[in-house]
Amino acid sequence: MSEKRIRVLVAKPGLDGHDVGAKVVAHALRDAGMEVIYTGLHQTVEQILATALQEDVDVIGLSILSGAHLPIAGKLMAMLRAEKADDIMVVVGGNIPRRDHEKLLAMGVSGIFPTSTRFEGIADFIKERVKDR
Amino acid sequence: MSEAPREAKGEKGKEEKKPRPVVLESGIAVKPVYGPEDLGDFDYARDLGNPGEFPFTRGIHPLMYRSRPYTMRQYAGFGTPRETNERFKYLISQGQNALNVAFSLHSQMGIDSDDPLAEGEVGRVGMAVDTLRDLEVAFDGIPIDRISASLTINGSAAIMIAMYLAMAEKRGVRLSEVRGNAQNDILKEYIGRGTWIFPMEPSMRLIADTIEYCTRHVPKYYPVSVCGYHIRESGANPVQEIAYAYCIARAYIRSVMERGLHPDEFVGRFSFNFDIHGNILEQVGKFRAARRLWARIMRNEFCCRSPDSMQMKMIAGGGGGGLTVEEPENNIARGAYYALISALSGTQTMALCSYDEAYTIPSKKAALISLRTMQMLVEEMGLADTVDPLAGSYYIEWLTNEFERRIMQEMTRIDALGGIVKLVADGTVQREVSRQAYLLEKRLQSGETVKVGMNKYRQEGAEEEHAVEFHEYDPAVARGKIEGLRNVKAERDNEAVRRALDRLRDAARGKQNLMPYILDAVRTYATVGEMTNTLKEVFGTFKEPVNL
Repeated sequence: MSEKRIRVLVAKPGLDGHDVGAKVVAHALRDAGMEVIYTGLHQTVEQILATALQEDVDVIGLSILSGAHLPIAGKLMAMLRAEKADDIMVVVGGNIPRRDHEKLLAMGVSGIFPTSTRFEGIADFIKERVKDR
Repeated sequence: MSEAPREAKGEKGKEEKKPRPVVLESGIAVKPVYGPEDLGDFDYARDLGNPGEFPFTRGIHPLMYRSRPYTMRQYAGFGTPRETNERFKYLISQGQNALNVAFSLHSQMGIDSDDPLAEGEVGRVGMAVDTLRDLEVAFDGIPIDRISASLTINGSAAIMIAMYLAMAEKRGVRLSEVRGNAQNDILKEYIGRGTWIFPMEPSMRLIADTIEYCTRHVPKYYPVSVCGYHIRESGANPVQEIAYAYCIARAYIRSVMERGLHPDEFVGRFSFNFDIHGNILEQVGKFRAARRLWARIMRNEFCCRSPDSMQMKMIAGGGGGGLTVEEPENNIARGAYYALISALSGTQTMALCSYDEAYTIPSKKAALISLRTMQMLVEEMGLADTVDPLAGSYYIEWLTNEFERRIMQEMTRIDALGGIVKLVADGTVQREVSRQAYLLEKRLQSGETVKVGMNKYRQEGAEEEHAVEFHEYDPAVARGKIEGLRNVKAERDNEAVRRALDRLRDAARGKQNLMPYILDAVRTYATVGEMTNTLKEVFGTFKEPVNL
């Protein structure tokens, strides 16, 4: 395959320790042929951004189950723009109520994958969108 | 009657429809019918014993719920200590007889409300606690001599236990009389849940410090509740849930024995926290096996003589991993079945995840439904009337035996690989558990494992969230909390705080028990963050082994 493998950073921002979803999705994306880097817990948005730049990823996947998805995603999107790194696609997964989807999309988040989203759905979305970029 | 089991075994049965294969989450293959031949050399006295007698398979008390129903302890706490105090009082007014305190994430991590790291988190998933003042407010007007409080706290447990003790003292309760318990199980935090702070060695020291201190000074307090619960929620199966929890409990016991205490002096104040979702009878077998095995481990491995040490006491509750975001009201029915499992299993304490917990922290309405569910079982439907009513069932006794065998096998495997402390430190357990979680999720997505309303009978496009009342995050709560903290800092004797923190730092560098130093600092109204940061200066922080 001549195509470059898609690099994804799966990130756990904030103090939320629910990491099952992040790890499970990391496994799934790896099985779907992507290179996956997992940050581990308790990451600040600054740390996530630094890792994303250092690892030269195509995608950042934020996993958030504490309910703090709006402030965290908002901060990351702003910092990506400030760093002129907004070519990195951001997707958000976890406990994301439907009524917040529009708000996240308006911030510039590309995709939202609430708990129990199918793996193929996530992988296909990422492959599709990264190709388009 | 005798035909059925033979057919099930597939021995020269007629070419009728073969029964579909059933394998439990624990990996145990289950036949359609069980009979006396499945029990082998079953011996009532050896394998079960009467309730209240070794090996306690049937329950740890002779009369169980006939003399005292299980304790009902719904998890509660949000926003400020004052709001939490109101919710506590409401639940008590509705018949709840114990409290289960939820702490804000930053408080669980030893971070103050005014720390930038706490931004957006203050009071979100539990009560924000910075100083002793907060516990004074949270428990104001609550009869702490009658209503025992369970603190769901781990990374900062030594500090929160000290705060609770200091609060009780100020209320005039002598330390020797203080009741309650704390989760205080750090090893499982490294595996699941994730509210670890310090590296493993000083964390184990703090656990031993709290157990030793309580044994000597607060004998009625249960200083540790070993949680298979979160390990299961992270992907472990029910056999591993018990096996890992027991390996962890043994690690704590050994670390306290190094202080010169005999297990009979402190293991009676250990409790366990286990999960209740999944196959109904599988869980019942799990709990009965767990009780028997604990008694045998304590007697045979740790040479205990006191029945108290051999009696496995548990909160069997929760079940969050079984709930679905789809059609959330179905979770009310699920919760009722989970409560049934718990009651049939002889639990000491019950708490249920509420139907909206796949979305948000429980609303008042959802918490009340959970409480009513637990009350119905004992007061309306007769589950308090007869002890261990499933005993003697061929299937249940066979399953109990099978579980005990498999739990022991798993514990032996962990020991052979170097023991639970090593395997958690290097991330082996975490990797194993997360891989299992992945396989489980794949089975759910393929429909091999059925979740009604989620991957079967799903209504496409159904509006799901209407049934849930969201707990809105209120930035004003954070502002108020931070201002309250500023006031406490202005009123306290800051010189006394500094001296107490200096003494704590010096003690941390040595080997002495840190609880007296933490208590002294707490009494000066030092903050959770100040104490945690002081300890971080000496201990450093845990580096998570990230390997998928």
